[in-house]
Amino acid sequence: MSLDPGPNISMPNPLIKIRPPKGWAALRLGDLVEFRDLLVALAGRDIKLRYKQTLLGVAWVVLQPLLAAGIFTFVFGVIAGMKSTGPSYFAFSFAGLLGWTAFSSTLSKASASMVGNAHLVSKVYFPRLVLPLSTLGSTLLDFAVSLLVMALLLVVYRTVPSAAVLLLPLWLGAILCLALGLGLAAAALTVSYRDVQYILPVIIPFLMYASPVAYEVTAAPEHVRFVLYLNPMTALLEGLRWSLLGGNPAGMVPPTAGWLVYSLAFALLFLAAGAIVFKRMERRFADVI
Amino acid sequence: MSLSDIAISVRGLGKAYTIRHAATRAPTTLAEAMLERIRHPLGRTQEREEFWALRDVSFDVKRGEVVGVIGRNGAGKSTLLKVLSRITEPTTGEVDLYGRVGSLLEVGTGFHQELTGRENIFLNGAILGMTRAEIRREFDAIVDFSGVEKFLDTPVKRYSSGMYVRLAFAVAAHLRSEILIVDEVLAVGDAEFQGKCLGKMKEVAGLGRTVFLVSHRLDFVIDLCSKGFLVRDGQLAFLGPARESVIRYTETATLVPADAPSVDSYRRRRRSVGVVDIVAVDIDGSGVPTSVQVLIHIDVHCATAEIVCLLSVISTTGVTAFSVSSMDYGPPLSMSRGRHTIRIGIPTESLLPDSYVMDVRIAPNTSALAWDALEQYPMITVYPHSRTPRTWFDRPGRLVVGGVQWAMEPDS
Repeated sequence: MSLDPGPNISMPNPLIKIRPPKGWAALRLGDLVEFRDLLVALAGRDIKLRYKQTLLGVAWVVLQPLLAAGIFTFVFGVIAGMKSTGPSYFAFSFAGLLGWTAFSSTLSKASASMVGNAHLVSKVYFPRLVLPLSTLGSTLLDFAVSLLVMALLLVVYRTVPSAAVLLLPLWLGAILCLALGLGLAAAALTVSYRDVQYILPVIIPFLMYASPVAYEVTAAPEHVRFVLYLNPMTALLEGLRWSLLGGNPAGMVPPTAGWLVYSLAFALLFLAAGAIVFKRMERRFADVI
Repeated sequence: MSLSDIAISVRGLGKAYTIRHAATRAPTTLAEAMLERIRHPLGRTQEREEFWALRDVSFDVKRGEVVGVIGRNGAGKSTLLKVLSRITEPTTGEVDLYGRVGSLLEVGTGFHQELTGRENIFLNGAILGMTRAEIRREFDAIVDFSGVEKFLDTPVKRYSSGMYVRLAFAVAAHLRSEILIVDEVLAVGDAEFQGKCLGKMKEVAGLGRTVFLVSHRLDFVIDLCSKGFLVRDGQLAFLGPARESVIRYTETATLVPADAPSVDSYRRRRRSVGVVDIVAVDIDGSGVPTSVQVLIHIDVHCATAEIVCLLSVISTTGVTAFSVSSMDYGPPLSMSRGRHTIRIGIPTESLLPDSYVMDVRIAPNTSALAWDALEQYPMITVYPHSRTPRTWFDRPGRLVVGGVQWAMEPDS
């Protein structure tokens, strides 16, 4: 007579396994999908909070880029007499600023996102990548509104964009990848070293002058252009502007395929590197922040 | 126990923090960190010491159990909760959680002052891990529980602190995760709301969900929990019936003075009157175990001041355990210009287990208007001790045991 061992009791797979960190962390993008509602909620919070207690409210979304382009037109177009292709210097710099603002606002918001939400990081679990990613919401909204203003400008200047306008998402996507990659690394570094918060406001304007926002590459002497194109933002901004204003008979030229590939590769590389740095440092956030 | 009944399984869990010695402060700026690297290019740059907040903790919690975690401050309770809720990663060991985890380490995390109650419900729910659909489903119940429906579209910065806490707890109370991890959050709001929270927690536990909660209120632990989890020096000292864990705990713990924070954030007035200022307060519990010394350091700015000092000891529920005035014990304290210390010895043997804060007033002899006053300044936490009557755990809500003498003798 033998004892019936009974049904085999098997341990169900745990939903969550917590283990000490080892080596390089996996990106676990699946977690981001699970927390997509949080991503949306945080992006919504940032958008709602932006223009609270302002007199002009949402009008700032339109006014900011217009004012900036106006100042550029006055300083570079009128005083410095800079030449530009396209319908007018104002439309030219507005298009440049459109791309540049997407870059700089992604970089500065993403880099501040960890420290700015320190209380969340130390009290609640969620994939930390949600915080920098959620900053994209308000940046994209700004971009969309500016794009509408741009469309109005095109109407005003009687410019019909060519089919190149369909490439717009490519330029924007690459610019965001580049900025987010840098922003992720900066956000992770800021957790331990607050210096980053002070360096960035100095570096960002510098980068702007190193990128063709107020000028176009062809305005530079031939032998300098190579150096300008080393900056991955150069080809992307030129491409963006060509997409928007290239329909003008005055015509501007898109960046060469070589520089385009270079910049796109750079953008993806930055994004991957930033994400890896972020994940690598992520585990210490709650203890250090 | 069938293995499939397990909700939380922990094996050999340890969490070490690196502490650097005061002389070799951690680099807090990039420049310092780089300099440090340049000076010591190879690896370890500083004298470090590992501090194990948790060490070799192993246990299982069955589905539907309500576990109350007790232990002194610094025993590792919060670290354990942070590891279980994945906020910080363990140094050693393994944790398996069989179910969705909701953690509530603080009431109202992520609430934003500028947003309305409605907006905050959605934001806070998302932060706690609820999906938008879940929040929408629970929305009416949340609003109903909080009792702030009239103010749903008012920014929460205009809420009273009571309303704020009620709304925040209401969101958390409607988390639908199988495992709920809760830190000392029941001790918020007024007595009525606390009762409501307690009821909600019981309801949650009744639904077969697993709850892992930290509380200093041992009466709550006995009332609410099926198991007690006693943590001592980062290790699991006891896991068993709640009442027994409380009794074991009370055999070892007594009282801990608060670590004297800066007085500035507890000061009632905004500007110095310029006569007498409280500059610091120390709580010294190192003498006899049945009393603490409250040391109030003051600056007298005039030639002489006739001072009356008042001190009230207040429990977490806001009840004044007792008040003393220097006038009760003699004439006003006469003090000349300069720094002085007022030392008050407070007997604590009659205080029942709780965390106590104190109100301090330094007033002139002749007027009721205070020169300086502190409110809600942290004083001591009295842990249950062997003199605490066992029956207290069944009838909480009182403050002072007192030296009551009972005798029964026949009248002949």
